Amino acid sequence: MNNAAILVIDDEVQIRRLLEITLESNQFNVESADSAKEGLRIAATHPPDLIILDLGLPDENGHSVLKKLREWYTRPVLILSVQSSEEDIVKALDNGANDYLVKPFRTGELLARIRSALRSNTTEDSNPVIDCKELQIDLGTRTVKKNNEIIKLTATEYKLLSLFAQQEGKVLTHQYLLREIWGPGYINQSQYLRVFIAQLRKKIETDPNRPAYIVTESGVGYRFIAKE
Amino acid sequence: MLPQLSKISKANQFLISVGLVILVSAGCYSLSVYIGYKVVAFILLLTVSLIAIVFDILPVLIAALLSALVWNFFFIPPKFTFHISTAEDGFLFLMYFIIAFINGVLTNRIRRIERQVREKEEKEKTVKLYNTLLNSLSHELKTPIATIVGATDNLLSSSSNLSVDNRKELAENISMAALRLNQQVENLLSMSRLESGFLQIHKDWCDINELVYDTIHRLEQQLKGHQLHISVEENLPLYKLDYGLMEQVLYNLLYNASIYTPAYADIFITAKNNAEKIYNLDTTTAEHSEVKNENNFLTLIIEDRGPGFPKEELEKVFDKFYRLSNSITGGTGLGLSIVKGFVEAHNGTVILENVPHGARFTIEIPAETSYINNLKNE
Repeated sequence: MNNAAILVIDDEVQIRRLLEITLESNQFNVESADSAKEGLRIAATHPPDLIILDLGLPDENGHSVLKKLREWYTRPVLILSVQSSEEDIVKALDNGANDYLVKPFRTGELLARIRSALRSNTTEDSNPVIDCKELQIDLGTRTVKKNNEIIKLTATEYKLLSLFAQQEGKVLTHQYLLREIWGPGYINQSQYLRVFIAQLRKKIETDPNRPAYIVTESGVGYRFIAKE
Repeated sequence: MLPQLSKISKANQFLISVGLVILVSAGCYSLSVYIGYKVVAFILLLTVSLIAIVFDILPVLIAALLSALVWNFFFIPPKFTFHISTAEDGFLFLMYFIIAFINGVLTNRIRRIERQVREKEEKEKTVKLYNTLLNSLSHELKTPIATIVGATDNLLSSSSNLSVDNRKELAENISMAALRLNQQVENLLSMSRLESGFLQIHKDWCDINELVYDTIHRLEQQLKGHQLHISVEENLPLYKLDYGLMEQVLYNLLYNASIYTPAYADIFITAKNNAEKIYNLDTTTAEHSEVKNENNFLTLIIEDRGPGFPKEELEKVFDKFYRLSNSITGGTGLGLSIVKGFVEAHNGTVILENVPHGARFTIEIPAETSYINNLKNE
């Protein structure tokens, strides 16, 4: 997965340079664009493996750039935003962004997000068993094991966990989870989600109060973390 | 002085003044058998004085003029003429006229001076607040900036013989300073959101257990040395709250507790439900008094074992930019006012009190609850 090509679309030259240095020193090939127009042009002519898109561009709103990209671009898009406005982030995620980072972000976090996004992009194998640290989720037999002991899950708990595991490392918004598990009629019934997340944590986490697998993304959703 | 009365519109002020003078005159006239016309003069003067206390200058002057004429016409003998028969009465009338006018003009002038004084005081208060803000801000923002500038100068200068360890330390200083700057900016943004009145709260179901532990997790570094005692009530319902704002509230309180109390000091975090039942005590229709309504409050208590707050400053700590006289560096004096603002945005209350060996913040928020988490459902 090294030498993956990354396109950075950001109008701030300092952020662009910082990302270029950081990514190049971590063996990525970096191209950068300082405007939405330039970014869309490069993305179309040399489709990169991943795009880092700043939401606040001078010539076009980041959300509309994202929508245009998503008409044909299927690989991961990572959003950069200065406002920690949850609404903005949820909107970008619902518009097809794979992940988000709020400025200022830590380099470690940036690299982790990029790696996780690229990984989910490549692993489309048919292996029905997902290994996540001490957890083993067998999608074939619908069984979940922790340290080789079977964990009893209800049907909904299992659905939730397998959804998480299949999108490891990605933030899943409250609305997305509610729609996928309970159906479109339940989008505003977030109390169910809270309850099942709490129950699931009690069963799979070593310390449910300090979750290592299902991590809360305040005001946005949850992220399943299975790899170091 | 009676500011709500002076807000009455000009036209209404005229109407009320004239009406009052006519009313009082009519009253006096009906009692003219018992009271002499000289006493009536005093009663009318009193009326004009009262009007002068609350109304603008013009309605007062009209009232003075009208009352003088009314007094002359209806009370000074010979009645029902403007003619004054004795020199004494003429003198009295003149005096009345002058006193009523002076009364009106003087009262008005006093009020104007008072207003000017008040405006000046308010201006001084704003200037003082602004200065406090500038002092606090310039200190809290410039310290990290100075650190960054100094450290980068050192790292960039080719002549210096920095050891690897020193280089690393300088880089760490830059990182810490930048994070501190970020925190200050966040606080200022929160404050301006509150100040602008555009704070929108997005309520959604919150798992209080998750809220508490999530916040503690974010403060892991700062709370490392402290002893945390967490007690979240068993079977606490879900509450409809703004998760982000409540996280900020808890964060600020715990952050304060972590920096203002000695390391290894205890911090107690308690979350419980407080149900207020409203009974209908009509025992004739029901065997037992029935519960008419039930209001649920979320109670959050953060208690520390630190020095507590000086008694005389307890009330001021929630004020913007207020910093305790002996407080250490590291804050902008905004943390607690943000706490208060965000709690009040939820229609809640926050109370600070000193307890033996520490301080206790009690937050009470009325909120919709859901007990579905206690049902054994599929």
